[in-house]
Amino acid sequence: MNQTSQPKLWLAQQANRFAPALFFIGLVLLWELICRVGKVPNYILPSPSAIITAFFNVEFSRWMIHLWATLRVALMGFVLSIMIAIPLSIGMMRSQLMNRILYPALIVIQSTPVVAVAPLIIVLLGTDDPSRVLITCLITFFPLVVSTTTGMLETPPEMIELSQSLRAPRYRETWQIRIPYAIPHIFSGLRVSITLAIIGAVVAEFVAAEEGLGYFIQFSTSFFKIPQAFAGLIFLSVISLLLFKSVQWIQAWFFPWSLPKKK
Amino acid sequence: MDQAKNSAYVSMKGVGHQYAPQAPLVVKDIDLDIHRHEFVAVVGPSGCGKSTLLRMVSGLLIPSQGEVSVFNRPVTEPRDDVGIVFQKANLLPWLTVRKNVLFPLKHKYGSYSAADEKRANELLEMAGLTQFADKMPDELSGGMQQRVGIIRALLLNPDILLMDEPFSALDALTREQIGFDLLKIWREHPKTVLFITHSISEAVLLSDRILVMSKRPGTVLDLIEVDLPRPRSSKTINSPRFAELTDLIRGYIYEPDVPA
Repeated sequence: MNQTSQPKLWLAQQANRFAPALFFIGLVLLWELICRVGKVPNYILPSPSAIITAFFNVEFSRWMIHLWATLRVALMGFVLSIMIAIPLSIGMMRSQLMNRILYPALIVIQSTPVVAVAPLIIVLLGTDDPSRVLITCLITFFPLVVSTTTGMLETPPEMIELSQSLRAPRYRETWQIRIPYAIPHIFSGLRVSITLAIIGAVVAEFVAAEEGLGYFIQFSTSFFKIPQAFAGLIFLSVISLLLFKSVQWIQAWFFPWSLPKKK
Repeated sequence: MDQAKNSAYVSMKGVGHQYAPQAPLVVKDIDLDIHRHEFVAVVGPSGCGKSTLLRMVSGLLIPSQGEVSVFNRPVTEPRDDVGIVFQKANLLPWLTVRKNVLFPLKHKYGSYSAADEKRANELLEMAGLTQFADKMPDELSGGMQQRVGIIRALLLNPDILLMDEPFSALDALTREQIGFDLLKIWREHPKTVLFITHSISEAVLLSDRILVMSKRPGTVLDLIEVDLPRPRSSKTINSPRFAELTDLIRGYIYEPDVPA
């Protein structure tokens, strides 16, 4: 019917679909333009093109070394915090006493700025991975405990009654009802934690490290290689974004039912 | 036959309940004998303790006054021969329909056998849900979800079926249809049914007797014998006796703002 308006409609749809990407590209172009027109020196604010050049001036293998150092610490800290947070949440949900004892302790840990504690941890545990992993873990585990506990406590009372009416053992109430019910909550906690894990690893590298993207950024800045520092920063953000996406993919793949319903 | 009919199967004697020692009574002085395979409905204004009553029969709640007994044995904990159908289906969204039906076995004993799976399939067939067995609950309509809730309660072949406003979340047409489906299941697999509802016509349409409860604290206002012939159908609704009975009950719980 509307033969003439169809291509227009298609164009509008595409524009709408790629709006976020177009906005981003526009922003980068504007940045480039400001740098060139305003003749902003590279050591104040490098232009996107300078950053890209700086990125490729660093050898690929060096990038990989730094990436691996940061990723290793972030993932170890993340996994460790999952291994601590989930059993802890189950314990706090099951035992009132444990909840009363641990909850204030968790609040104290959470309200202590980890950045400030990091140097002390390095003094305590040395300058190797263990201290960096601990710093990462301290930053990541609180959101996980909160989300897991919230999810398990929000289990509808009827589901618990179903379990009680069957006189099922309590560990099955936990494993077959409360934990699956908490899955969407746990994943929102994981999404927050995975980005915090990168922050944790970088904080640890700022304090003491010879490699890693955080170290690379600090090192580049101190030698006024600002475009290189920006390249490191952007690389770090991309990695962080990919990790965040991976958590979403894992959820979509293994727990498709837990995603919000699309209409 | 008559002997069995007249003996009390589920019996409540002077039952009352308060949720805390100082709290007001939610229900009080409930005396009710339910016969084996009888279908008893409970109606009353919201908050009159209908659900509390059901939880006391199920053993999920122990009354603070009086005694509930099943087959002359006091109920002190949840019983194996009781199946509960909850308001709003109460299915587990992470399990397929079939696994939801099998959940009571999986949850109670940790596993189930091939024979159990066969039984689940038979129940699904009976409810007309065979083709939905591997779907997730949220892919089903509200009426289908509640049918799954009903057959899940039937899995362990309970003698007593407790239904807590099971159709209240459904639209009127689905509600009527699922009511007749329930009667068909009940005819083929006789159970003692305690059916909580706030729909007067639903109570009259389905049950043998209706317990009418007062406002909180819920007491027994009347126990009405529903002498409509079975099997009942949509024609039952048009009979003069149906209108008489609904009017009678409406008189007890008449609230000017609430059209029944």
